[in-house]
Amino acid sequence: MSLATTVLRSKALAALTSPHGVDRYLELVNPMWAAHEVRARIVEKTVEVDVEGHPRVATLTLQPTSTWRGHRAGQHVQVGVAIPGEGGGRRTTRVFTISSLDSRPGDRFTLTMRANPDAPEGRGVSRYLVDEAPVGTIVHLSQAEGDFVLPDSVPEHIVLISGGSGITPVMSMLRSLQNRTHRGRITFIHYAQSPEHQIYADELREVARTGYGVDLHLLHPELGDPNLSPAWLERLVPGYSDVPTWVCGPAPLVEGVKDAYGDSENLHVEYFKPPRTTAGEAGGEVTFTRSGKTAPNTGESLLEQAEALGLSPEYGCRMGICFSCVSRKTDGVTRDVVSGETSTLPDEEIRICVSAPEGDCAVDL
Amino acid sequence: MTTKDVPTLTPEQLESFGEEMDAIRRRILDDLGEKDAEYIRNVVKAQRGFETVGRALFYLPPAWPLAVASLSISKILDNMEIGHNVMHGQYDWMGDPGLNSRMYEWDNVCPSEQWKNSHNYIHHTFTNILGKDRDIGYGVLRMDEDQKWHPYYLGNPVYALLLMIFFEWGVALHDLEVENIVAGKRKIEENKALHAGIMRKVKRQALKDYVLFPALTGPLFVPTLAGNAVANLVRNVWAFNIIFCGHFPTGVATFSQEECENETRGHWYYRQLLGSANITGGSLFHVMTGNLSHQIEHHLFPDLPARRYPEIAVEVREICERYGLPYNTGGLTKQLFSVASKICRMALPDRKKKTEAPADDVRADAPVRETVAA
Repeated sequence: MSLATTVLRSKALAALTSPHGVDRYLELVNPMWAAHEVRARIVEKTVEVDVEGHPRVATLTLQPTSTWRGHRAGQHVQVGVAIPGEGGGRRTTRVFTISSLDSRPGDRFTLTMRANPDAPEGRGVSRYLVDEAPVGTIVHLSQAEGDFVLPDSVPEHIVLISGGSGITPVMSMLRSLQNRTHRGRITFIHYAQSPEHQIYADELREVARTGYGVDLHLLHPELGDPNLSPAWLERLVPGYSDVPTWVCGPAPLVEGVKDAYGDSENLHVEYFKPPRTTAGEAGGEVTFTRSGKTAPNTGESLLEQAEALGLSPEYGCRMGICFSCVSRKTDGVTRDVVSGETSTLPDEEIRICVSAPEGDCAVDL
Repeated sequence: MTTKDVPTLTPEQLESFGEEMDAIRRRILDDLGEKDAEYIRNVVKAQRGFETVGRALFYLPPAWPLAVASLSISKILDNMEIGHNVMHGQYDWMGDPGLNSRMYEWDNVCPSEQWKNSHNYIHHTFTNILGKDRDIGYGVLRMDEDQKWHPYYLGNPVYALLLMIFFEWGVALHDLEVENIVAGKRKIEENKALHAGIMRKVKRQALKDYVLFPALTGPLFVPTLAGNAVANLVRNVWAFNIIFCGHFPTGVATFSQEECENETRGHWYYRQLLGSANITGGSLFHVMTGNLSHQIEHHLFPDLPARRYPEIAVEVREICERYGLPYNTGGLTKQLFSVASKICRMALPDRKKKTEAPADDVRADAPVRETVAA
């Protein structure tokens, strides 16, 4: 830790800047100065895929603040950005997987993302970052998170399976392994819509040509390539369920792989979580994730439904005024029964006393 | 002392009144955006600026009054336009942890967690309901003739003066419900957890204002310490006066618990309107009061960004006129005088004994009473 960091994180400075904290002052001088928080500047942007009529895919290179603790290949990071324009001014946070190889504290890293066409106006983080955000934009970050990572001692043979933009974490793994001259065998299977939709096409071509021990399979089922099936996997990797495997991609792919592997302990899974769209009103299931309770959705407020299940969440006025009951909705769509506003994105803060779920819903309670 | 009825609304009128208020709220919510975000960020920048300048000017002894003024402005902005409003969740939609109601901590000895319970929940939900809203007199003062008189209240003006001087401490101790402990309604053990929270916050605040910053100015330790104390005092006096003008000028209504049982949303809005009073003034004045000079709009819409209150006020006044409801507003001097005279009046027992039966009848019928000096 540098002297500056030691001073900035000192108890003395914390006491002097109480109750707001050092970062609340530093950010006003320079957004890249921080003692605890993590932010980053976009220093480079490369378009990976640009097919007419389809959302673009781009890779962003980020220079994080010195507070960034680094990451392990396969981990993700929360990226928060206030999108300007209509309904703007609010910071929206999304999770993106890091696509570059393992990073050390303060190191640059890259994120690769597809512009999500379904995100609501003013809230589409990936769309903003891919299509609009200029180089130089400051984004807010978490530290790297997630345990979808390779073990320190990498097995002699591993299988990496991905679909679409789910390639990012396994690409980070592949790059890290190449960088440390891994001499084991890697079976790399990736599904894309078409060769034009292939992310990292040039790099993968190079890997296929010269990569030592990398068995690369780029498949396009829509163009006649075989779909993933246990028989096909068995032909490609005999005894595959005994080989440590990492899979990341859209739900159907992940489900297919899970079925193929049964309850094998060698399978490591990561889903991509898309925002929900409004379905019906009552119906579906309500899950309170922290307490692990689930019940059919009655259409009443989440607070009432939680209480009916014997939970006692914090609350105050029960009419949407006092904010005592604010909780994090991790998944699903809820409607504010007072304003009629819907919350469709995952990980949004809602007032559970005036929020009723529409269909399936999960709340961190 | 007389009891005069305030226009009552029929259930249908209450409902449509509530709908009109909801419509305002929805419209503002839909319109929130960059302008509001930019505004609060600029206020934060200004506050940090005043704070830094204030702390720095203590190194220049001749600039002592300027340093105190600058630090006082910083503390007032921090507590009122930023702290109070952010803790109401007015800016939660921005998704900025630095401006989030759950995270924000203010430059005040009262821990924000406690404040959110006693203020956001108790006071804003049970506004002006006698026996429920502990902000009526803060458990120390008699501010309504329906609070039974006792010789203790002869000291009303003195208690008010002390509460003003030590306002942040009064607010911090407010949650301990000392009056309920004295009355035997609350056990002292119930305060244990609160004690710890208050002590933690008090230590931090005192360490910063009365030890570290004075020590940093070396030989100027005493003037800096005194300056910090004065800045805290200025904030206390200012906040006390603005807040008392919001609920205690003559004409503001109080309510009984029975009136508010199974209350509809329309009646809740009606009670908030009649239980609050505004102060007129220029835009800088409004900012310095944290827009609590628009106490009526604040009570109707506590979770809308306060900078919107002036524009909302125009509509609220128009709606009040249509429903024939009073809209209590006036200059700072007028409202302050009104509050001060009420504090003094309440020190004495009611001059005219209420005649038993008829008065009770009036009370049972009238959902609201307005108190007027005899």
